[in-house]
Amino acid sequence: MQALFGQLLLGLINGSFYALLSLGLAIIFGLVNVVNFAHGALYMAGAFLAWIGLSALGIGYWAALVLSPAAVGLLGVVIERTMLRRLYQLDNLYGLLLTFGLTLIIEGLFHHQYGNSGSSYPVPEMLQGGSNLGFMYLPRYRAWVVLVSVAVCFASWWVIERTKLGAYLRAGTENPRLLQAFGVNVPLMMTLTLGLGVGLAGFAGVMAAPIYQVSPGMGSNLIIVVFAVVVIGGMGSILGSIVTGLGLGLVEGLTKYLYPPAASTVVFAIMAVVLLLRPAGLFGRER
Amino acid sequence: MTRTIRNLALAALLGLSANAAVAADKVSDGVVKIGVLTDMTGYYSDLAGPGSVLAAKMAIHDFGGKVLGKPIELVSADHQNKADISSNTARKWFDEEKVDAIVDLVSSSTAGAVMPVAAEKKRITLLSGPATTAFTGEKCTAYNVHYTYNNWALANGTGREVVKNGGDSWFFVTADYVFGKSLEEDTSNVVKASGGKVLGSARHPSPGTTDFSSYLLQAQASGAKVIGLANAGSDTINCIKQAKEFGITPKQSLAGLLVFISDVHALGLDIAKGLYLTTAFYWDYDDHTRAWSKKFQSQPDNAKKAMPTMVQAGVYSAVTHYLQAIKAAGTDQADAVMAKMKATPVNDFFARGTIGPDGLFRHDMFLVQVKTPQESKYPWDYYKIVKKIPAVEAFPTVEAQKCPLAVKR
Repeated sequence: MQALFGQLLLGLINGSFYALLSLGLAIIFGLVNVVNFAHGALYMAGAFLAWIGLSALGIGYWAALVLSPAAVGLLGVVIERTMLRRLYQLDNLYGLLLTFGLTLIIEGLFHHQYGNSGSSYPVPEMLQGGSNLGFMYLPRYRAWVVLVSVAVCFASWWVIERTKLGAYLRAGTENPRLLQAFGVNVPLMMTLTLGLGVGLAGFAGVMAAPIYQVSPGMGSNLIIVVFAVVVIGGMGSILGSIVTGLGLGLVEGLTKYLYPPAASTVVFAIMAVVLLLRPAGLFGRER
Repeated sequence: MTRTIRNLALAALLGLSANAAVAADKVSDGVVKIGVLTDMTGYYSDLAGPGSVLAAKMAIHDFGGKVLGKPIELVSADHQNKADISSNTARKWFDEEKVDAIVDLVSSSTAGAVMPVAAEKKRITLLSGPATTAFTGEKCTAYNVHYTYNNWALANGTGREVVKNGGDSWFFVTADYVFGKSLEEDTSNVVKASGGKVLGSARHPSPGTTDFSSYLLQAQASGAKVIGLANAGSDTINCIKQAKEFGITPKQSLAGLLVFISDVHALGLDIAKGLYLTTAFYWDYDDHTRAWSKKFQSQPDNAKKAMPTMVQAGVYSAVTHYLQAIKAAGTDQADAVMAKMKATPVNDFFARGTIGPDGLFRHDMFLVQVKTPQESKYPWDYYKIVKKIPAVEAFPTVEAQKCPLAVKR
């Protein structure tokens, strides 16, 4: 029983990362209609910028939590303005291929500069240590990850689904020309949305830096699962990606308890079943 | 007059071809070519990769760039840790590019793919990086030298000494593929033989796992005194980091079964401190190791100014020993060179020992413990030597290896 609770809690922690990353992907796909394959690389870039900030400039964790996502978001804006924008008229596939190419380039650059082993980022002093819950030892930092991820996810959902700005964004996806006729600068809005989605990847990167080794491959290890999460949740569904991210983390944890060898494949088995029964995903709409 | 010239020309031609024939006897194709086949960009690129290419380059340069009057050339390629790419590259090198020996072959799957090709073509493989013990056991070939370390040496060095120091109950966190399983098995045998117990193991997919907490919690729940990490590279790094995060260390101690100095550098001493590991080489061991390592560190190709790992130092030593054998044998013909390499003891900064009839280089190994940040006085000052393990204890005997070429049944 103890082990079960332990694995479920760990699953929830991993699920928070899935949710945070798939949220960014879902925002970008839902509102800008781009399948952003570079999401993992940008997550890695977020973690690396935090580490570079700390080791070269003495910028601490708390500042990095703001600065690094901002820098990654800015990079996203540049990519959107100079490259992605030209592909909006074409099939989704072109955007996917472009961002896949960017992934290889970004990872290659970091690899060339910092090598494969990467570097380790210390846990911030305030969040060191942990507490014994009886069934497992919970590091304080992991608890923080769960809290912050859930808060950020639901804040994003609220902004998009419940505010006027969010209404503009959603209207922009439905009918950009009509919205533009009302005097809203739709291209600018798309750019900012992409910056926000990508910034979330950078944010997840900073959150991950103290837990995982900061290395060029850290994003590609995670991104495949995250894509599965987005597909299961329903491409472009904000709430779907959050709920599915957390839920699949739990399912993974449960599998680790029941039958560990299947833990790395259970997500994909679920994805196959969901695609067969509900091709648009659990929370997606048929288009 | 024309006749004299014609005769002279004829004589010169004859003389030339006679010379060429003599040289061809000594050095095939008029060049000794060494291929470094390694992981240039992936998982193992920091511990082997470009550093191995650099080490081979230094060895050739230090040898004078020529052997038996013929130039020594270097080629290198990225095997991407894939068996098919490795064997295809090896075939191309042997058939079209006149490569005489392939060195490095980090990651056992690549070495296992190249060794049979090399044996078929009668070319030499010098392994520095792969760990599978069977390469000089049941899978041995007549043209292979297993140079730097193998699983048996790692398991024995760390397993036996840790049990002796009181760590008598073990739990393994193991990479779920051939290398990890064989390392776990070898170490379990040693632990049991030394009077310890093995309480269990957890196997993780590799590569591709980044979160090890669930495996580590199983290890924690087992109550074992020692958690053996039967994995390598970034898996080991993440395990060590997360063990600290979950408060597992220092209550239970970690034993890294395959840890390189590049891993310790990436982790930082605050996280890696106290870790026991077995290594074939430490740059700061004596004046010879320091002199060579500082030279390696200051090469312009070494952009990160990294100290050499045991794999990279092993590449240098293996290439040098190979070239010396060619010089002593007076030919680069593989059978003669192999015989010379096995007959001549190695005695350089890297190691002292001999290559057995099975192709295993038996030399001293070191059990070391990672220093704390307070103990470390200068950059890369990472290890305390706990024990020098003499060659006879560090590696299996020829009889134990059961290489069909070396042991008559």
